[in-house]
Amino acid sequence: MTDEPLLRVSALSKFYVSRVGCENVTFDLWPGEVLAVVGESGSGKTTLLNCLSTRLLPSSGTASYRMRDGQFRELYRMSEAERRFLMRTDWGFVHQNPADGLRMTVSAGANVGERLMAVGDRHYGRIRATAVDWLSRVEIDEDRIDDEPRAFSGGMRQRLQIARNLVTGPRLVFMDEPTGGLDVSVQARLLDLLRGLVTDLGLAAIVVTHDLAVARLLSQRMMVMKDGRVVESGLTDRVLDDPRAPYTQLLVSSILQV
Amino acid sequence: MTDIATYNFAYLDEQTKRMIRRAILKGIAIPGYQVPFASREMPMPYGWGTGGVQVTASIIGPDDVLKVIDQGADDTTNAVSIRAFFKKVANVAVTTETAKASIIQTRHRIPEQPLTAGQVLVFQVPIPEPLRFLEPRETETRKMHALEEYGLMHVKLYEDIARHGRIATTYAYPVKVEGRYVMDPSPTPKFDNPKMHRSPALQLFGAGREKRIYAVPPFTDVVSLDFEDHPFEVQTFDQPCALCGAENVYLDEVILDDHGGHMFVCSDTDHCEKRREDGHRGHLAPETHLVLGKTEPAE
Repeated sequence: MTDEPLLRVSALSKFYVSRVGCENVTFDLWPGEVLAVVGESGSGKTTLLNCLSTRLLPSSGTASYRMRDGQFRELYRMSEAERRFLMRTDWGFVHQNPADGLRMTVSAGANVGERLMAVGDRHYGRIRATAVDWLSRVEIDEDRIDDEPRAFSGGMRQRLQIARNLVTGPRLVFMDEPTGGLDVSVQARLLDLLRGLVTDLGLAAIVVTHDLAVARLLSQRMMVMKDGRVVESGLTDRVLDDPRAPYTQLLVSSILQV
Repeated sequence: MTDIATYNFAYLDEQTKRMIRRAILKGIAIPGYQVPFASREMPMPYGWGTGGVQVTASIIGPDDVLKVIDQGADDTTNAVSIRAFFKKVANVAVTTETAKASIIQTRHRIPEQPLTAGQVLVFQVPIPEPLRFLEPRETETRKMHALEEYGLMHVKLYEDIARHGRIATTYAYPVKVEGRYVMDPSPTPKFDNPKMHRSPALQLFGAGREKRIYAVPPFTDVVSLDFEDHPFEVQTFDQPCALCGAENVYLDEVILDDHGGHMFVCSDTDHCEKRREDGHRGHLAPETHLVLGKTEPAE
């Protein structure tokens, strides 16, 4: 690990006219670190994620990202072309609904290969070999490579979306409820897979979830949000085992025990 | 002309022509870029060449000689009608001979005979956006053009190879113009793509329904997209034209009877006739040759 963070976020706020999306969020993200953002729906966690991934522009505040050359760049001062290039090379974005992150009408192989072609790879054989490799890493059979994601189950689609994002070797991945809408056994396998990939590849990730179990499994650190503000942050185990803010205590005690 | 309806020269009013000429000039200045324009209603349905007709109407002058082809042929409905239209509303000379034409309006072919400097080729375009079937949002495709994000275009070619083992796109084959904009060359067979590359003629593209005009100025690089291990190649035919014996030209299949009889003939009728006049004979050529190619002067 280097002694500099990957992402520095300072006093980030997003207002929808007068309504608060998220307000005054400050944190650093370090290379290889997984940060979970938890909170109930409407607490601003997705707004925060969209601002960080530059899908939304914040109302105020700054976020700087350490590029591969070691220089920090202010995200919201970059040109759109640079931001989009960053998004398809050094970053990944895993949507809750795989249909938002996949091209449903092109084959699985092309879905994985798209980012490679976008950065200029023009060798079919190489692109396909990489696609085969990535499909096997996310446990999709090689003989499904020419099938469209429409023919895939929810869990497979989500795994394909992950492969599509990781193929360019990103350093930072944003995930919005990556296991939402999947049944528990599929969730468990996906979490296992994600955990393995994140560790193997040394990915930094920001995971938005309302599921505290997902946060506990994946993340080292977490932020709890309520009404657009961060009410508590710290090491995941500490926050979950010894919640300090009243809202966090409520959240933790609301987990259903089976 | 009779005393019933009188048209402004070339049908469109002068203000409209100015507007279209501005779009054409902008298109020429930014090769391959789709310029929006205020497409007019024309006395023909969308899909029959309203874009091409508006472009032709805006650039044609009394001294021009017009040729119109439809799938390479001068004698099909669309070609005959558009030619008659301009003969009526602009009273210009019309021809079927490629070499004599100053403006050639085309639906989906580039003549076999190489074009020369000073000639203008006007394409009728149904869907100008090469990314359309991959990305339905116009806002997004315009952004992709602006930012030169063309990875998606290769996704389409990838899909072709994955499904068919080769690039199976045979028409509307995407090209990159002057190293910048990816362009749909209209549904011309990819056989004609190499003819666009550094052509001495000006190539204009009009899409009436989609309200876009784009252009390839003379001597502009037009490169067909491909993969390193699956390079671009044009269609080949394993037999020559049945009428004129021409090889390395684009052929149409013509059904002769309902017992499976068929022949392959030049899609470019003018080229085929010229060759037969010069004494070339294919294996199905009739003994006597009817000369169809002709030029009609303005009245």
